[in-house]
Amino acid sequence: MSFTPHTPEEIREMLATIGVGSIGDLFRPIPKELRARSFDLPPGMSEFEMMARLQEMAARNGRVVPFVGGGYYDHVIPAAVDHLAGRSEFYTAYTPYQPECSQGSLQALFEYQTAICRLTGLEASNASLYDGGTALAEAAMMALRVTGRGRILLDGAVNPFHRAIVRTYLANLPVEIVELPPVNGMLDRQSLAGKLDDRCAAVMVQNPTFFGCVADYSDLAAQVHKSGALLVSAVYAVSLGLLKPPGDMGVDIAVGDGQSLGNHLSFGGPAFGFITAKKQYIRNMPGRIVGETVDREGRRGFVLTLQAREQHIKRHKATSNICSNQSLCALRGLIFLASLGKRGLVELARLNRDKAEYAKRALAAVRGVTIPPGGPTFNEFTIRLPKRADDVVASLLQRGIAAGVPLGSYYPGEENSVVVTVTEKRTKGEIALLARELEGALWN
Amino acid sequence: MELIYEISVNGRRGVRLPASDVPAATPLPGEFLRAEPAGLPELSELDVVRHFTQLSRRNIGVDTTFYPLGSCTMKYNPKAMEEGARLFLPFHPMIALLPGGEALAQGTLAILHHMEEALEEITGMDAVTCQPLAGAHGEMTGIMLIAAYHKAKGNRKKYVIVPDSSHGTNPASAAMAGYQVVTIPTAPYGDMDLEAFKAALNGEVAAVMMTCPNTLGLFNPHIKEICDMAHGVDALVYYDGANLNAILGQLRPGDVGFDVVHVNLHKTFGTPHGSGGPGSGPVGVKKALIPFLPVPRVVRRKDGSFTLAADNPQSIGRMANFFGNFGVIARAYAYTLMLGREGLIEVSELAVLNANYVMSRLKDLYELPFDQTCMHECVFSASRQLQHDIHAIDIAKFLIDKGFHPPTVYFPMIVKEAIMIEPTETESKATLDAFIDAMREAAELAEKDPAALKRAPVTTPISRLDETKAAREQNVCFA
Repeated sequence: MSFTPHTPEEIREMLATIGVGSIGDLFRPIPKELRARSFDLPPGMSEFEMMARLQEMAARNGRVVPFVGGGYYDHVIPAAVDHLAGRSEFYTAYTPYQPECSQGSLQALFEYQTAICRLTGLEASNASLYDGGTALAEAAMMALRVTGRGRILLDGAVNPFHRAIVRTYLANLPVEIVELPPVNGMLDRQSLAGKLDDRCAAVMVQNPTFFGCVADYSDLAAQVHKSGALLVSAVYAVSLGLLKPPGDMGVDIAVGDGQSLGNHLSFGGPAFGFITAKKQYIRNMPGRIVGETVDREGRRGFVLTLQAREQHIKRHKATSNICSNQSLCALRGLIFLASLGKRGLVELARLNRDKAEYAKRALAAVRGVTIPPGGPTFNEFTIRLPKRADDVVASLLQRGIAAGVPLGSYYPGEENSVVVTVTEKRTKGEIALLARELEGALWN
Repeated sequence: MELIYEISVNGRRGVRLPASDVPAATPLPGEFLRAEPAGLPELSELDVVRHFTQLSRRNIGVDTTFYPLGSCTMKYNPKAMEEGARLFLPFHPMIALLPGGEALAQGTLAILHHMEEALEEITGMDAVTCQPLAGAHGEMTGIMLIAAYHKAKGNRKKYVIVPDSSHGTNPASAAMAGYQVVTIPTAPYGDMDLEAFKAALNGEVAAVMMTCPNTLGLFNPHIKEICDMAHGVDALVYYDGANLNAILGQLRPGDVGFDVVHVNLHKTFGTPHGSGGPGSGPVGVKKALIPFLPVPRVVRRKDGSFTLAADNPQSIGRMANFFGNFGVIARAYAYTLMLGREGLIEVSELAVLNANYVMSRLKDLYELPFDQTCMHECVFSASRQLQHDIHAIDIAKFLIDKGFHPPTVYFPMIVKEAIMIEPTETESKATLDAFIDAMREAAELAEKDPAALKRAPVTTPISRLDETKAAREQNVCFA
């Protein structure tokens, strides 16, 4: 089945209008010797058989209690998000190139941009990027363009996956990336001071760090600006219900994963990345931006704007190659934020921290477990075990608990450390179970 | 219509969160806290539902309207695919990366692997990665693979050749991979000028990026010759899969000699475009490029189980947070299962039939710069209508009033006043006829009452917008 409506009679009529004898004739421009040598695929099936197949595959994935993050978080999603983003006027539309019949998407994206600005305390947001990691890489390239310099100082406490994406994105450009090994789960300020000079385009940090540590980068911003570089900060959207926003710290460009805002885990995607900056850098931003204007009668309307930055106009001189972004996921983010509202987001953030602090105390009480130094945390924290973390996490996984992300693979010397994530969805009972099972894995 | 911030009411509440079952934590020190809550709206759930439902009614999509947007393949998005993808929503991607975690992700890893295998067969390539998150992201991945290949061989390469009819993402992706772009003009016969291509091809060329069929909707019969010539100077040939819908089951880029392809799952494989994303842009490569593919790779073990391999020293690294836009890939997998071999072949057959039908019924009224059998889309020029000061955009706006989403206009840039029509295979003759009637009416009005076209659209909530004002004022955030 191919979801095509043509009857044999209609096909005959259409061929006659075209003036050819068969559909095969329409493929004559393709020389015989270039025809497909093989097309060995199974026969089709009904949607019911397909669903049965996918159900069988979904059943092969195990279900565990997740105390893991790594950039993706198990948060509540109000039912309205699925229902409203499921309106097919949104999800079966293309990029809003024709604004008169796309005001729904365009206004929603303008509202999304506003929400991201208000959340981060910055002035200009685009209409979304692919994910948090690629947003960080785009921010690096943006800083290179703005400053005309060629060196990036990248804090090792930034999500290691996201750092890997930055390295991949910049690999073929004349750019030097200097990674600073973290100290106590945070930026090594001393090491940074020695490296910050007039060749540096950006200092890139994360808040909270991959280890879970919360930072105030206000003084860092002043220091970075003195050298003429930009301060780029990755942020965790939900944490901004509580934490000081990057704009208030003097951060120039903030990026992050939008998954925590109303997007399902979905084995890693789709969700969205956001990027927001001081207004003065808007012309160097990547991707689509929606702007307000008026129609012929003076009524307010919205259009894609500043398109002279983009690939379909500027080609190889564009600020980025991005075309499709993650609009529908950004819409989900907006609906999520609107559903929770001003006070709801604060409560959500507080609930996360309350649960995490409770879990931190519970795990610290397990024999042999210590909390390494590193300052306050939000909903993730690092614990140190008396054993190799990989083995302990693997054994707890067998018992239905994903206890956290072992750090050894990403940070040499941290083989006994685990980052534990506790969102609002984890219950007191689950936290007690984690503590009990951890004790068992360590000592039985 | 009011913005969501304008309907906010101080103190109104929407969704309630679960009550806390743990004691409140000691507050964080003040320097870490935000001074005041973010300025989000305060609304009831019904306020939110009405607002977004009303917004949705100011949009059109494939489900409401014929959407012949050229180069975008706006085919019907079967509903069962949405249901299929829903089955995988709860799975956290980090679980698969934990020690021993692969065992808990065998279903999702299998889907990634099966989709990669299907795409290998469909494109004729040796290996596929589903990690790239959109078409342009796939292009960048592909060019980075090519760069890594040349670097490993010690080749000194500086240029990427791109035809002037290509999508803007091609040169932009090449530039992001550090290459200089050489643009080749289109010859009067509608394909990349072969002589100009030969003149530009030399040992410093890293890659040639081709769209096939090209953005004029035409099949380039010299495609194999171009591949062979490029290989002669150890340049690799890139296949932009934007137009794969035209050749499903008819031609495989790998058979012809292409070294790297990307596929737009949100075009050819029927996944919804979501008002501009999410997409998915898997990349297929020939054997010589396999060592450079992004990590982690999904690998099938001898016992049939799946694992993630990340220890590949030659890999270009990581292109995305995790394993790609899994939900989009799962939808495309569902699509492939439902259509099967015969269904996929039927896609290209009827997509090409529909495009040729529209072309033959409009070419008496609209200038057809390259008058030959087209593939899945046809490109007209509004140059005749321009005599009456009617531009492609005026015709586009008139079509909105007639109940259609307009075709792509002003692309490809090499056609003056371009109108690019891609009907796709899922549209019926009756729909095409109605669209053709509207296009014919527009051509007639251009002669008899051009002012009527200039007024359009008049049926939409707003009329034509002042784009200059938007760019000048840069009002991108509600104050």
